[in-house]
Amino acid sequence: MEKIFQKLSLSSASLVFVLLIGIFITLYTAAKPAIDEFGFDFVTNPDWNKEVSLNPTSLTDTVVDMEEDSLDGEIIDEDDMEIADEDDDAILDEDEDDMMLDDEDDAVTKTIYGGLVPIIGTLLTTLIALAFALPIAMGIAVFLAEIAPKNIANVVGIAIELLAAIPSIIFGMWGLYYFAPIISDLFGGYQVSLLTAGLVLGVMVLPFMAAITRDSMNTTPNVLKESAYALGATKFEVIKDIIFPFSKVGIIGSIILALGRALGETMAVAFLIGSIFVLPQKITDPTISIPVAMANNFGEASGLGESALFYLALILFIISFAIISIAKFYFLKKAN
Amino acid sequence: MPVLNIKKFSFTYPGVDHPSLKNINLPIKKNKITALIGPSGCGKSTLLRSMNRIHDLYPGNKYEGKIEFTDENKQISDILDIKKENEFIELRQKIGMIFQKPTPFPMSIFDNVAYGLKIAGVKNKTELADRVEVALKGSALWKEVHDRLNKSAMGLSGGQQQRLCIARAVAVKPEVLLFDEPTSALDPISTGAIEELIVELKKDVSIAIVTHNMQQASRISDYTAFMYLGDLVEYDKTENIFLNPKEKKTEDYITGRFG
Repeated sequence: MEKIFQKLSLSSASLVFVLLIGIFITLYTAAKPAIDEFGFDFVTNPDWNKEVSLNPTSLTDTVVDMEEDSLDGEIIDEDDMEIADEDDDAILDEDEDDMMLDDEDDAVTKTIYGGLVPIIGTLLTTLIALAFALPIAMGIAVFLAEIAPKNIANVVGIAIELLAAIPSIIFGMWGLYYFAPIISDLFGGYQVSLLTAGLVLGVMVLPFMAAITRDSMNTTPNVLKESAYALGATKFEVIKDIIFPFSKVGIIGSIILALGRALGETMAVAFLIGSIFVLPQKITDPTISIPVAMANNFGEASGLGESALFYLALILFIISFAIISIAKFYFLKKAN
Repeated sequence: MPVLNIKKFSFTYPGVDHPSLKNINLPIKKNKITALIGPSGCGKSTLLRSMNRIHDLYPGNKYEGKIEFTDENKQISDILDIKKENEFIELRQKIGMIFQKPTPFPMSIFDNVAYGLKIAGVKNKTELADRVEVALKGSALWKEVHDRLNKSAMGLSGGQQQRLCIARAVAVKPEVLLFDEPTSALDPISTGAIEELIVELKKDVSIAIVTHNMQQASRISDYTAFMYLGDLVEYDKTENIFLNPKEKKTEDYITGRFG
């Protein structure tokens, strides 16, 4: 019995590593063609799904085929028009929404994929979300753990847990219909943008951060707080000098969880980020993130395109892994 | 001359009908050690925690009577009248407290001892360093930690941590120190060191100590108060309490018949 129990718990624990390595291998094999084709340039190349002429006489690249640009098609159309105007050799057949390339009989072209835009989009939305959520979450946690009377703290605590339970698509819809117009009124620019996506993402990760931070603040022993008060400390000093340092590990844990959620969030961001492969110049510009790029393009993707999406997935996997490892090893080491 | 004079003092916890302390009259004499003994639940910690109003961190307590505090300028004030936060801070700087378990703050040894000084507004670095050194020497800890003042206080042993807490309380130069079973979490050798230290400290401060350990009370205290079920049964010089107690209850407790 003892043996069986040990074996069972050991195998459950090793399952984690098997899964982690298995997922990595799957992603890597599926991304292999794209990795071979584009190498590390994939990370720095801002062009996605772009036809490049291999014909040495042809001067420039030709046409971008954007698939998901119904929301903000005008920008891309402008860009493409410019390219088309400059390029006399290419013969273009333009539609209102879609642009198709009619190749000349002898023109040899290939499609290139670069991941810079979604990578930047993912990192920036996450950054905005954390910058927005962190101070508010700390404020909520301090209020709930230290300042509010018990009954109020309970009610607000339940509200926060309910907020955490709202499915992300509801956040997406709410963000698109109510939040996005407000943001564009306040900050100008487009309704769907990096900023809108980042802020709604911030609202989504807020309850996690607040709840975990509150819980770890509540683990500060009463006697430790009392001994600070007994030295003549004020409430603010006790919070700043005793409770925050004591619950540092929990706070970092909450940030890590929020990071993980923000990096991988798909549905709400898909509603709000604009979903176009264009590098944002301003914080109010629309762009795309890695999960959204995958969700939007996976259905139609094949061959190299599909492999490039797997490459993106692999990059997302590595980014999350790297950020969380850094946070875990660097900050937690410092905290201890 | 008592530094603290507790008069007709009653205390009731929130949500409880009966008072936990009933009509207590007890002086805490200047530069003496007063021990509070009695079985668990007799209210000795409750009484101690009333003397610096640490109870007030949790709302809803009821006080009756007076606790008169005579400060170094012979000014007499009633501790129970205090309502404002800055008065509480002032009170707690004058009446320090050491707890049952060592409570080092999550910071370096130096910062721990300097903490009370820093929040009291001492900014001068050399003054801070001097007063930390004096406090650590006064707590017999300087030799052991002087070469690792910047290391975390969490790395010290339990006995060292408790002496650190005493140094931290002493650094702000209080007039009274309240000890709430300061050695109950420590081994006999650390306990001995703390007891020596407490006796040493009474040159400068007046001390009230709650203890479960009757030998400890008889070893270090000048006066002893025996409490039972919220009443102060007997208060006298320590040798009288232990050698010829007047009350039957005190005698029973001292001789180990209950408690």
